[in-house]
Amino acid sequence: MSDKPVRGSLIGDGLAQVGALALFLLQVLAALPRSLRHFTETIRQIFFVGAMSLIIIMTCGLFIGLVLGLQLYEVLSRFGSTASVGTVVAIALYRELGPVVTALLFAGRAGTSITAEIGLMRATDQLAAMEMMAVDPLAYVVAPRFLAGIIAMPLLASIFNALAIFGAHLVAVSWLGLDNGTFWSNMTGAVDVWTDVMNGVWKSAVFGGVVTLVATFQGYSTAPTSEGVAYATTRTVVYSSILTLAIDFLMTAFLM
Amino acid sequence: MTQRRSHQIGTGLFIVLGFTALGYLATQTTSLANYRQGPTYALKARFTNVGQLKLRAPVKIAGVRIGSVSDIQLEPDRLEALVTLAIDKRYDQLPDDSAAAVFTSGLLGDQYVALKPGGSPDMFKHGDEIILTQSSMQLEELIGKYLVGSGDSQTRKPAAEESPATPESANH
Repeated sequence: MSDKPVRGSLIGDGLAQVGALALFLLQVLAALPRSLRHFTETIRQIFFVGAMSLIIIMTCGLFIGLVLGLQLYEVLSRFGSTASVGTVVAIALYRELGPVVTALLFAGRAGTSITAEIGLMRATDQLAAMEMMAVDPLAYVVAPRFLAGIIAMPLLASIFNALAIFGAHLVAVSWLGLDNGTFWSNMTGAVDVWTDVMNGVWKSAVFGGVVTLVATFQGYSTAPTSEGVAYATTRTVVYSSILTLAIDFLMTAFLM
Repeated sequence: MTQRRSHQIGTGLFIVLGFTALGYLATQTTSLANYRQGPTYALKARFTNVGQLKLRAPVKIAGVRIGSVSDIQLEPDRLEALVTLAIDKRYDQLPDDSAAAVFTSGLLGDQYVALKPGGSPDMFKHGDEIILTQSSMQLEELIGKYLVGSGDSQTRKPAAEESPATPESANH
């Protein structure tokens, strides 16, 4: 991309962005098999985007669970059906909240650092240097991060869900006095492995790919200035959040 | 080298933790948790109407889960539902005059099969049939009964008013 932002209509700019992103996706997919040859780099990236995001994911999951338990208990007690707190928490988490909230946190925690890292590589001509040494930056820098996002996101979402269930149990059972057996037996009676749990796993894998794709694209095509890297980092969060929520709607509409 | 190794250990821990969480969610918080791994024996029961009874619905005695519904079929010759119950082998001391009924948990909850123990000295064996059954309560039937019942009481009301009138007329 050029240093100066391309002047043109808003729609034209938007379409150009979408087209460039789609082209970038194809290039990354083409580079994926080559990146598997140095898989240790992917493992290193899983550590950075996955393991390093654990603290924020676990903390937020716990609080989401606490809030869900509290709110649902209060609302459901008006209808005398507090027994289904566990069911509602589990289904809401597995289908929507787990994948989506994890993806938004992932965009803020891992997506920004990917964009900043690759953007600085671009700004300091490291990517150009790699190309000169016949090392394809798509295969060595971009593809491992993309793959790491797809692998790490479902695991992060699962950990998020587990902590949230724990939080909801803490509020509903330990604090508000719902019966422990009621909480679990209603949940196990209504939640299905494939339509609920695995549905969320597919979703979060797609979201992981979307967030890391946007993040690497923004870093890769940034204006090579400190201001350009700053803008690219902001765009990563904005675009990947919008894309995540839009794709979530599409996947919910078509998968269910 | 040591840094790469610590990254690999961290990644490994993260992946193990993630799959542990996923496995826990998939097996302990879903309907998979209701599968009894232990041995079961089969009992059959005929119902004229099973309502919304589903496969894997619980079978309970005194509210305690002792098994699950393993099969629901229509018997072609009698046009009744033949329900097969898989009862946990641990509960093999069920008197063979026990009764089965299809109940609803709560007003709008899922349906389950409730067994009411009888007093017979003989116990159910594998493949036995539960003779005494009570079908599921249908909300529509209850409403229908209520409507018809109220119609009856209206027609009977004048008769009820007349009957005290007759002794009065006899007094006069």
